[in-house]
Amino acid sequence: MTAASDIDTRSKNPVAQSDRVFGALTLAAAILVLLVLVGVFISLVMGAWPALQKFGPAFLWTKSWNPVTNKFGAIAPLYGTVVTSIVAMVIAVPVGLGVAIFLTDLCPRVLRRPLGIAIELLAGIPSIIYGIWGLFVFAPFMQSTIQPALIATLGKLPVIGALFAGPPYGIGLFTAGLILAMMILPFIASLSRDIFGTVPPMLREAAYGMGMTRWEVNRHIVIPHVRTALVGGIMLSLGRALGETMAVTFVIGNAHRISGSILAPGTTISAAIANEFNEATTPMYVSSLIALGLVLFILTFIVLACAQWMLRRMKAKAGV
Amino acid sequence: MDTEIRERSPISFQGIDPSPKARISIRNLEFFYGQTRALKGIDLDLPENQVTAFIGPSGCGKSTLLRILNRMYDLYPNQRATGEVLLDGQNILEKGTDLNRLRTKVGMVFQKPTPFPMTIHENIAFGLRLMGVAKSEMDGRVEAALRGAALWDEVKDKLTASGQSLSGGQQQRLCIARTIAVEPEVILLDEPASALDPISTGKIEETIHQLKEQFTIAIVTHNMQQASRVSDRTAFMYLGELIEEGETAQIFTRPRNEQTSDYITGRFG
Repeated sequence: MTAASDIDTRSKNPVAQSDRVFGALTLAAAILVLLVLVGVFISLVMGAWPALQKFGPAFLWTKSWNPVTNKFGAIAPLYGTVVTSIVAMVIAVPVGLGVAIFLTDLCPRVLRRPLGIAIELLAGIPSIIYGIWGLFVFAPFMQSTIQPALIATLGKLPVIGALFAGPPYGIGLFTAGLILAMMILPFIASLSRDIFGTVPPMLREAAYGMGMTRWEVNRHIVIPHVRTALVGGIMLSLGRALGETMAVTFVIGNAHRISGSILAPGTTISAAIANEFNEATTPMYVSSLIALGLVLFILTFIVLACAQWMLRRMKAKAGV
Repeated sequence: MDTEIRERSPISFQGIDPSPKARISIRNLEFFYGQTRALKGIDLDLPENQVTAFIGPSGCGKSTLLRILNRMYDLYPNQRATGEVLLDGQNILEKGTDLNRLRTKVGMVFQKPTPFPMTIHENIAFGLRLMGVAKSEMDGRVEAALRGAALWDEVKDKLTASGQSLSGGQQQRLCIARTIAVEPEVILLDEPASALDPISTGKIEETIHQLKEQFTIAIVTHNMQQASRVSDRTAFMYLGELIEEGETAQIFTRPRNEQTSDYITGRFG
């Protein structure tokens, strides 16, 4: 009886009440996130509804994007989005991990801070700057130097040669992918540097104590130890690459077509939306652009799901 | 019983007292963290197939000494050692020493269990593969190592489980198994039982007893009972100096130095 009354008084106690308020506030914050997510999804579906009704699932694999005939399909920008992101990830992930490993494991102490700050500054450059720089400096350089070299070398190879075929436009999928790589590189580098920093020094020492080389320690001990966080960080960067708009719009060429060569101009979902929203005069045009947004939303979701699946497989392999 | 005084004077190195052959010989070893001198003129032999315990209050340099024997300090800038540490007649402090090779010859187990992020089997097979052990021999070598660390019976049915899924005591024995699997000459144990419960500690100590038949062992411990239980020889260190070293029984029953006596009777430290 005394115990019950104790509990009773405790629940009326102002401290316990404030604790409940705190709990409710954090719950509300969490629910807000869910509500926003659901809200975005619903309004995207509503906006995209006319287009979805007219084109059906064929919207996903229709190549045509013709405001005049009011025929729209998502495959060209979808293709551009995926290709530029792949190019960006293929370049930025290894380089970013390399930077992070250098900073945590190899870098002389005097260089550590300046390099770390430089990377964070790089991450802070607004994307419009990358876009302008990409259009006026980087694309001409690509056109005059890099792309002719690629066409002359890789373009001659069987199979992958097709990826590097065609005239050097300067702008195009490849250039956009490179700009994206530059933009997400600092994210990957600084995220993974922080992640590598969480590896217990004793685990590192134990690995070196087994006579492992730096490469073996990082490849087999450090990276597997932090794989969950690392995949999370990389996915965050991939999300950014998929949705990046301004810089890509400047250098991708904004052509609704699919070419075998990654040197050719193309477009991405976000670039198409940014470029065309102003000129979308018919309701079907607007609805199709919103449908593109919905496709991007779902694409991001699929990427996250794949990441989860990958993590589970990696864990199963490690026997967790 | 040999209770003769073993003064660590230079003469004793010349073969007057040769009884146990030294596996590691430390000569005039000094160690610096930046400007701070952490070890002062250490002279000591680690006899083959014996357990040498290092005792002393925190900060006396015993872990530092251990970390010199496999050049672990090399991972960090501004740390350096001078003097000589002879392993198989070679001074391992010399510049050209192949650290990866040295560390396969001088294995180490740490204060906390450090299982690698892989399966139990892989935790041991990994080091063996680095040494070029053939695939056909692998399972046998893994089993032998796990038996050597008294862990086989507990894990034989779950070799594909993660090493990190084991209990703390099992993890530590996994680390011992991993270390002995590559057949080093010397094993360094840096307070291997400090994070473990008494039962696990007992198992580790039993393991150490069996291991000294094959290996030369150096153990750092804060626990004096442990030192007396597991070691053949004990070295007492204080403020970076080796105060006294001798047979464990002698150190614990008739220490010659007053500081040693004060420490083991618990009057300071």
